[in-house]
Amino acid sequence: MTAQEVRLCGLLLQEHFGNVVEKVGTHLIRSGVLTLRALAHETKLPLDLVKKSLCVLVQHGMCTFGAGRRGPAGPVEYRINCERVFHMLRYPRYIYTAKSLYGDTGELIVEEILQRGQMTMSSTVKTVADRLTHNMPEGQSMDYSEVVSAFSQLVETHFLQRCPLASAGSSSSGAVDTPLPVATQPTEPESHPDCYKLPYINLTGQGKRRRSSEDGEADQCAAKKCGDDRIYWQVNFQRFHLHFRDQAIISAVSCKLDQSSSEIVRTMLRMSEVTTPAHAAFTQALSANEIFRALLSSYNIARPILDQYLSLLVDDPMEFVGKTGDSGGGMYVVNLHRALANLARATLESVVQERFGSRSARIFRLLLRKRHLEQKQVEDFAMIPAKEAKDMLYKLLSENLVQLQEIPKTPDYAPSRTFYLYTVNQLPTARLLLQHSYKTVGNLMERRLYETKENKRLLEKSQRIEAILASLQATGAEAAQLTEVEEMITVPERQQLESLRHHINKLDSSENQVDETIFLLKSYINSTQASL
Amino acid sequence: MAGSRGRGRSQFSFSVDALGFGRGDSLPSSAHTPSPLFPPMQFRPVPLHTGEEVDYMLALKQELRASSKNLPFHIKAARTKTDVAHYSDKYQNGETKNNCIEWSPDWSRMPKELCIKVRKPRKTGAKPQLTRKPKVAAGKEEVLQKLETLEKREEEQHSEEEEDEEKKKQNEEEPDADEDYDEEDLEDETDYIMSYFDNGEDFGADSDDNMDEAVY
Repeated sequence: MTAQEVRLCGLLLQEHFGNVVEKVGTHLIRSGVLTLRALAHETKLPLDLVKKSLCVLVQHGMCTFGAGRRGPAGPVEYRINCERVFHMLRYPRYIYTAKSLYGDTGELIVEEILQRGQMTMSSTVKTVADRLTHNMPEGQSMDYSEVVSAFSQLVETHFLQRCPLASAGSSSSGAVDTPLPVATQPTEPESHPDCYKLPYINLTGQGKRRRSSEDGEADQCAAKKCGDDRIYWQVNFQRFHLHFRDQAIISAVSCKLDQSSSEIVRTMLRMSEVTTPAHAAFTQALSANEIFRALLSSYNIARPILDQYLSLLVDDPMEFVGKTGDSGGGMYVVNLHRALANLARATLESVVQERFGSRSARIFRLLLRKRHLEQKQVEDFAMIPAKEAKDMLYKLLSENLVQLQEIPKTPDYAPSRTFYLYTVNQLPTARLLLQHSYKTVGNLMERRLYETKENKRLLEKSQRIEAILASLQATGAEAAQLTEVEEMITVPERQQLESLRHHINKLDSSENQVDETIFLLKSYINSTQASL
Repeated sequence: MAGSRGRGRSQFSFSVDALGFGRGDSLPSSAHTPSPLFPPMQFRPVPLHTGEEVDYMLALKQELRASSKNLPFHIKAARTKTDVAHYSDKYQNGETKNNCIEWSPDWSRMPKELCIKVRKPRKTGAKPQLTRKPKVAAGKEEVLQKLETLEKREEEQHSEEEEDEEKKKQNEEEPDADEDYDEEDLEDETDYIMSYFDNGEDFGADSDDNMDEAVY
């Protein structure tokens, strides 16, 4: 865990769960694995607060626990799953994807489950139906069956999955009555055979419009007997990530070539969604005949045109699509890992270009392609005057984007008799940029917190005035009263508020955009590790 | 290695052109201060993406941030008791306490050692207010009763005292305070509570001969 990753985890935990959980979480990340008592002792927090924080973290899947070093008889040890904390940055993207695929119902289902960590199907359906009913005009309400169907669609396409079974109870209590293997909690959710099986629940009814005087207690009591106790559902992040990866490939193809070729690639990816395992380097081989049959008629692509497009895709230097055989009109695969590597390379090049200029980017691309070059060769190939080329190379070297490789002619490494070659290694550079991105997001968040804190008084005042206005409007006040209340905020204050809002929007938007880069680089790094 | 020392003495081990300055030039000036915190940027950053998708995700992000503050997962430490007792403490009894958890997790999925009392959701706050009103009404009735018995003091002094004692045992704290209060200020029938008044008789009564200790 690098310092930047720990810092970012701390900021994310603080934003969502408050200072207490942040303290507990960062300490646990730094220490690796700890027991409850050790954690309470080292953070100097009261034991109850530590327990509450760990409950929250376990509920959201960010903390795993298991039998410790002393075996099942010893105290339980906890560790934090940092990757899961980083996913919190990407929640808006998950929710938006669900919305674009399954409409408002899907969006609300995913949002509820993300905010609560894990939920049963019945409670999700009820909450979402109530929320949808709340937004509908008076008199209409949302039927549970529609929400159930949206939920089942999400499960069928593997976007939601059952939480893995917890064998937690036996590891900390003394009595082990069943001879279950006391597995540590992170059993893979996929290893459960019923991972994607919907429970049979008896759930009929409609969403209730919540009045302010009613209590949710009556609903809670009725909720218990629905037939799906103990079956919790969580968001399957890996499936969302595969979806994002596919989207990135399709948009890259449409940028590089054209819309029709991107549609062809989209069809190929859709056909191989379920058959391709998560870390595969290639999709399953698809014949051109199959692709033609699966193409939607709205694209209007004739068979010979399809063949031409496919050969164009295969010949493209980006190597998104490869040909593996000739049967069935030609067997084609999408090269997933190579596509990711190319996308990462494009990201690196664009970063160098925007930071150091197009000529430095030219040098960078040259070194990526030609691997090792001497300084003189760099100047010649890049067609840049010697002095400037030297300057740019040294600047890139000082930023660690370019490395120096020494090749001695004699064993004593004498400088006059050593070759000094400049080189760029894609994987370490990608890791470096990933760390820079984490630092960037951390800086953005801190700046946003600072801006909010600076203008706290003004923000509170504006919130109070909005509340007053809302209550006045609800009781039907006159326009004169409303304008009088509105004038309580002076014009310069209004301008200040406006600029504050603008800044915070910008910072938030930047966070979302940097997160896209983080996703791409992380997918690339994971793909290289998977293939090793 | 040793043999080449005599030859090629004026040659450097690297070509001088590669250094960037000629032979007779002075060395480049060294930096006297640390580099600035926000160095001026050579190239401006590319503007952010815009569009409907971007705006929607921005709105989602801000909404999620606001709503997560209201969820029970947002844990705040309970306020430590300060030395000063505030008037508002009586009315702020909805605060979080350290030893209760605000939501009910599924304890079978968590280690047993994390089990903590689940805070039952408070039913409407009408109940504590309702129970106060009968108390206040009872207090008033008892005060009226006491006044009536005080009127008959001359005739039934002993029995009154007994009744007062019984009432003191039956009563709760508030009427006791009222009684004490009544006794205190009814001594001279003034508005002032007698025990608060210090008429200065004790001042200077102590001898001032031994001035070892200072008088504050």
